[in-house]
Amino acid sequence: MRGISKSFPGVKALDSVDFTLRKGEIHALMGENGAGKSTLIKVIAGVWEKDSGSITLEGKPIHFKAPQEAQNNGIGTVYQEIMLCPNLTVAENMYIGRSHSPLVNWKQMNEQAERLLASLNIPARATQELSSCSLAVQQMIAIARAVDMECKILILDEPTSSLDEDEVHTLFDLMRELKERGVAIIFITHFLEQVYEISDRITVLRNGKLVGEFETIALPQIGLISKMLGNELEDITGLKKYEPIISDTSIPVFEAIGLSSSAGVRPFDFTIQKGEVNGFAGLLGSGRSESARAIFTADRTTGGEVRMKGKRVKIKTPLHAIQHGIGYLPEDRKGDGIIDELSVRDNIILTLQVMEGFFKPFSLKQAEEFAQEYIERLNIKTPTADTPIKSLSGGNQQKVILARWLLTHPEYLILDEPTRGIDVGTKVEIQKLVIALAHEGMSVTFISSEIDEMLRTCSRLIVMKDRQIVGELRGQELTESAVMNVIAKGGKNRCAD
Amino acid sequence: MRRLMKRFSHLVLPLSVMALLIIINLIKGADYFRVTMVNGAFYGNIPNIFFGASELVILSIGMTLVTAASRGQDISIGESATITSAVFVQYVLQANEVTLLTILVAFLLSSVVGLALGAFNGTLVSIFKVQPMVASLILFTGGRSIAFMIDGKLSPILANDLSNKIGTVIPGIPIQTPIILTVVFIALTAVLFRTTNLRLYVEAVGINPNAARLNGINAKKIIFLTFLIMGFCSAFAGFIAVNKAGRHDSVNLLKLIMMDAILAVAIGGNSLGGGTFSITGSIIGAYTIEMLNRTLLRLEIEPAMIKVFKAVFIIILMVVASPVVRAFITNVVDRIRSAFRHSAGSGPSDASMSAAGRAGEREE
Repeated sequence: MRGISKSFPGVKALDSVDFTLRKGEIHALMGENGAGKSTLIKVIAGVWEKDSGSITLEGKPIHFKAPQEAQNNGIGTVYQEIMLCPNLTVAENMYIGRSHSPLVNWKQMNEQAERLLASLNIPARATQELSSCSLAVQQMIAIARAVDMECKILILDEPTSSLDEDEVHTLFDLMRELKERGVAIIFITHFLEQVYEISDRITVLRNGKLVGEFETIALPQIGLISKMLGNELEDITGLKKYEPIISDTSIPVFEAIGLSSSAGVRPFDFTIQKGEVNGFAGLLGSGRSESARAIFTADRTTGGEVRMKGKRVKIKTPLHAIQHGIGYLPEDRKGDGIIDELSVRDNIILTLQVMEGFFKPFSLKQAEEFAQEYIERLNIKTPTADTPIKSLSGGNQQKVILARWLLTHPEYLILDEPTRGIDVGTKVEIQKLVIALAHEGMSVTFISSEIDEMLRTCSRLIVMKDRQIVGELRGQELTESAVMNVIAKGGKNRCAD
Repeated sequence: MRRLMKRFSHLVLPLSVMALLIIINLIKGADYFRVTMVNGAFYGNIPNIFFGASELVILSIGMTLVTAASRGQDISIGESATITSAVFVQYVLQANEVTLLTILVAFLLSSVVGLALGAFNGTLVSIFKVQPMVASLILFTGGRSIAFMIDGKLSPILANDLSNKIGTVIPGIPIQTPIILTVVFIALTAVLFRTTNLRLYVEAVGINPNAARLNGINAKKIIFLTFLIMGFCSAFAGFIAVNKAGRHDSVNLLKLIMMDAILAVAIGGNSLGGGTFSITGSIIGAYTIEMLNRTLLRLEIEPAMIKVFKAVFIIILMVVASPVVRAFITNVVDRIRSAFRHSAGSGPSDASMSAAGRAGEREE
């Protein structure tokens, strides 16, 4: 690809970018949010037409006008957000839209799917409904679908963001095997370790421009980060660990006793002090998100009691939780967070507006002031406050949801995977923000699948496994290996208290 | 300026259809806009459109809200209006002397019935999660029989002076009463939107009910509320319709009007799949439909053939408004603009950008 440019209203997403992909290599495409990674792969995949530049595939100039054309030319794509039909079966999802005959041979299709699933070690049955699979398995099915289309180029956009470590390795094995077969893989991720583990070469983009193309072994990690961030490098290395001063005798801001929910989380006790940052650590499916949801009553609570500042309160719906000063940034940004067609402004003011009440709408001027204040404070990159949130990049959407909660000035804020699928720069910004908020006296529960992030921000980690709390770590105990140990021992001996 | 235009880009479609219809009518006869005074009130093609579209405009407002929040349509609106107006007529007929108070009480009574019918549909949709169209199918099927029972198996006549005034004109006021009532209703709607968060709540629920719930909005209540409003709209439309007709014909009153109401919502640039909405669009859409109906009449098309013409017109309209065609037009317009810019050396003004181009831009 030579000199690719693409503009959207108000943004130049790609500015004369060159990109070369060789047969049988794994090529990592790196860059911050809004660097143009997604745009570039969407141009390759035929989702968007380029404004200018040229693309050649195996020596022939090509110009895709539709994703279907790209697919027919052997370019398969798996996007960050899973784009499958949850109410169809696994096999149907793998073969949908690919048959040239109006008739479907169900038996053959299911058998074929079953064979493919087995060969890729995917723990799913062909006739199972997709929605009954975990996110990770769904992700792997999407890859299987792309792989089965005999692709020459496989594009993986953040394929590992919802996978646990074992699953990542299964995926990597699969990627290596495909590489052996001569498939060229474009790999987008925010996990730097994974880039070094699997990729052969790296292309770095920043603000829609090409920074450079590098051999992975020739570029040290710190160099890669500095290339991605420009001059923001000192931010990540200079991020100090936060140690709040909390006396254990003070009354906790929030306290749950024997809380359980309809999502199947075992009754648990939980407290958080003013200005404390703690977190639920554990693997995917350990119950860390379910616990957070139980606190906010995002899932119906089935037992237990809740105290705020020592007083017993009844929280039955998210609205009660909000009114008691609890905020919750959900794990599933697309499904539970953003209202995609509404403007950035409406998305920011939504919760505060709900707190104000049905009969007290903000004036447009007031709403605009709120929106502008937080667009500036969180450095949200959007053309205007009027822009629909769906046209923003993932990291900026996440900042909008954060802004929504900060605007309500909660006493206790739960952040479930606030940094998932977003770039290093924004990650650092969010971690810094969490620490700054704690300094101002806000209590924060920070959940992340990246343990180093939690170790950096949290002063106390509640370790979970199989939907129950198996341990608690604080102070000097907070190391990655300690967390792993607690998870491995799995509740046989409680470490804390 | 450009931002303003962008905000109204969804009105481009109904307004251009209106313009087209006006041109057709002017070709047919230059007297299209002529307004005459008969018995101290304005008559003519344009006042007739406003007069004729009254019920449709009111019902389209309710339909817009129901569509936006519940992602489905209420097909029982004509039947609800028939039931409420039957109640209205029965109350008026039992009075010894029809005074303004009688009419007022009868209207309030019919409104309560309208709200109850709305609550019935709303309960099915919001609590029992029945698809809106299926839920309203019940009243659609049985509604006219219920009205017929209320009527005592007759079609009672509203012969009093006040009803006549409500249905036609009040002496001394040059504008027909249904037009005034419609304007009042639109104004009430505007006040409702000004003083509440109805728009934000309905849009949030229609786009992403999960996120709405997690931000403290009770999606069930909001969907229920839109059906309540729809019920009131039906009662109001039934009130106008029965006073216009002067008798209660439970078989034909506002028959199949839900089709036009749904169409008005679509012409107004609203997605029938819910989410963001424009009431203004639906109102203009409703007037456009009435204008179309009357244009076909004016062109002296055989009555039996009118529906065919209407159908063809709507197909063309929907194709022109489809995202595919809009994107194509945007593309063409952009090319013309860039060619123009190269030759003129300076950027063209906003005015040179075609309306279709702007409409397409919104799709981005």
